[in-house]
Amino acid sequence: MTDGFHIVVCGSLVPDPIQTLEPVLGGDRPALKNEAMLPSVLDPWAGHALYEAAHLAAQTPGSKVWLVSLGPKAQLQQLMMRVAQKVPLELVALDGSASGFTDSFEVAAALAAAIEAIDGLDRSRLLLFGGCASASRDAGVTVQMVGERLGIHDQFFGVDELKVLDDGSIRVLERVEGGRYLASVCEGPPLVAAWATGSLPEPPNSPQVGMQNMRTIMPALAQAKSAPLGGVGTTWWAAEVPQQRRETRVVKDSSADEIAQEIVTWIKG
Amino acid sequence: MDKILFLAHAEADGTLPKAAYEALTAAKNLARDLKGATLAAGLIGADVAAAANTLTGIERVLGVSGAEFAVSRYASDVAAAATLVEKSAATIVVAPATPRFCRALPGAAARLDGRIETQVTALFAEGDAVVGERWFYRQRMVAKLSRSQRPWFLLTSPGAFEPAPTAPAPTAPASTAPSTTEPSTTEPGKASLEDVAVDLTVAELRTRVTGIEAATTEAQTIRPDAETLLVAGAGWTKKQKDGATHVKDAERLILGFLELARASLGSSKSLVDQSSEGAEVMSFMSHLNQVGQTGSTPRHRKGLATCCHGEEPHVVGWRFISERRAINLDETCGWAQGKADVLYVADAFEVMAKVNELLAADA
Repeated sequence: MTDGFHIVVCGSLVPDPIQTLEPVLGGDRPALKNEAMLPSVLDPWAGHALYEAAHLAAQTPGSKVWLVSLGPKAQLQQLMMRVAQKVPLELVALDGSASGFTDSFEVAAALAAAIEAIDGLDRSRLLLFGGCASASRDAGVTVQMVGERLGIHDQFFGVDELKVLDDGSIRVLERVEGGRYLASVCEGPPLVAAWATGSLPEPPNSPQVGMQNMRTIMPALAQAKSAPLGGVGTTWWAAEVPQQRRETRVVKDSSADEIAQEIVTWIKG
Repeated sequence: MDKILFLAHAEADGTLPKAAYEALTAAKNLARDLKGATLAAGLIGADVAAAANTLTGIERVLGVSGAEFAVSRYASDVAAAATLVEKSAATIVVAPATPRFCRALPGAAARLDGRIETQVTALFAEGDAVVGERWFYRQRMVAKLSRSQRPWFLLTSPGAFEPAPTAPAPTAPASTAPSTTEPSTTEPGKASLEDVAVDLTVAELRTRVTGIEAATTEAQTIRPDAETLLVAGAGWTKKQKDGATHVKDAERLILGFLELARASLGSSKSLVDQSSEGAEVMSFMSHLNQVGQTGSTPRHRKGLATCCHGEEPHVVGWRFISERRAINLDETCGWAQGKADVLYVADAFEVMAKVNELLAADA
């Protein structure tokens, strides 16, 4: 059995999905209109990774969870007011852009350097978690690149289940084509898991957990190092919201029989 | 001058997946349009000879093969991909965005100090520059970009490109080859397969693939190659006109339609989330069905949304559905207005029962 895991979750903020997003070109890379003013939430798939991490840590004595977040310090602070009440964690903050148009290579380098600098992190017990894609860059590459930089050869992507077996090995289910899972068994940590939704609901708020977390979160924010993300070598040709308005034909006052016939004709056409 | 490498992995039966031939189209078009570019292929699998035989119009074909490369495993795939890129001196790598490559190639790019884009929907030359198009913020905006760093990996989104024509593959089962619309004689000449050796360390074999498992659902509801996607919303589980819920009836109607129309099933987030909220749920529905902001964005020609409610962020799940229709009791629903071609203002229970009757009678 294990002495516990050191679980590092990479996850940051994204615009609240109900917000209307509009890209603007200019400067080094595109940006979102009023980006600094947009309400933000914890990146959904990173959130699943965090909740799975906390669950696993709670089941495995001796474990600890770190959340490594790269974003504008002020927005991170706002985000942590909500996230801190969910699960016990220690924050490692990096001050920089959380834009989806930043370079994944540069972001991975910054995150890997921050993880390497975590005091007391036992890399032989490391489980590196993150979302399988962010709701901003949406490329699904950063966690693997961080893992590669940390020299972790066992990586899993689109994970919905991670189970520690009696002999200490770890069984992982990853999403593959056709709504199926690829099942693998890894000898043990260190490994990388880029999570899909997992199976856990969002934990309820716990003021006690929040107060405990905030003791370390505020110093972490104060000490957040700057992560310059210049995007050197990238040329942006365009960034736009696609023209998507369709002329919707509304069919009402028709019987179910008539509508069904029309749908069947369409499906078979 | 860029050297383009088309990179693909073979399936268990030795063939290439359809998505690989789509990536090949993108690679060939880029090689044709980019001045001075060359095109090579790199294949990974247990035995890639049959797959190599289907490739034409490529100057050089490299292969990493062996039992260790039959399975989808990060360490062996990264080692193979990085070796093929180095051996071919590739500066541009075009590959399909399969789950296997989406997991491994970011690591290969990092190992080679390169860059990577996934889910690329267009790829073309603009003068001497290679330009890739992909979506950001969960399909809510699209951007075109170039990079000066090399190697640059570009993983093409399945369904975004037409599959390339193939040469006859005598050693591969005909039924598994992708359909072709042009005769293979349009691109004569095949390069012979060059075997590339990759020695894996013990540390790279710590993960053992044990197999493919069905999701914990009762029926096959996800069919990526289906023509039609049925999107089910939370309305199916709400109280109906008689004041009661009819989840079992909804299950029967939805499964009946999927079977009769050979359709794939997508779901709104609110519907799949009901299981974790303790509400009555459909037994076959899981997070794997979820489309939209935090789900998948499948590609099907037709999409029929039923009982869905929501605004733009929730509609990204059918961004890549060409023909869209919706059944909804609310004429003003944001899921349908301006997003669907046709909105039927009707009771989905009644309509889908009739649809299934008609499909069954015609079966």
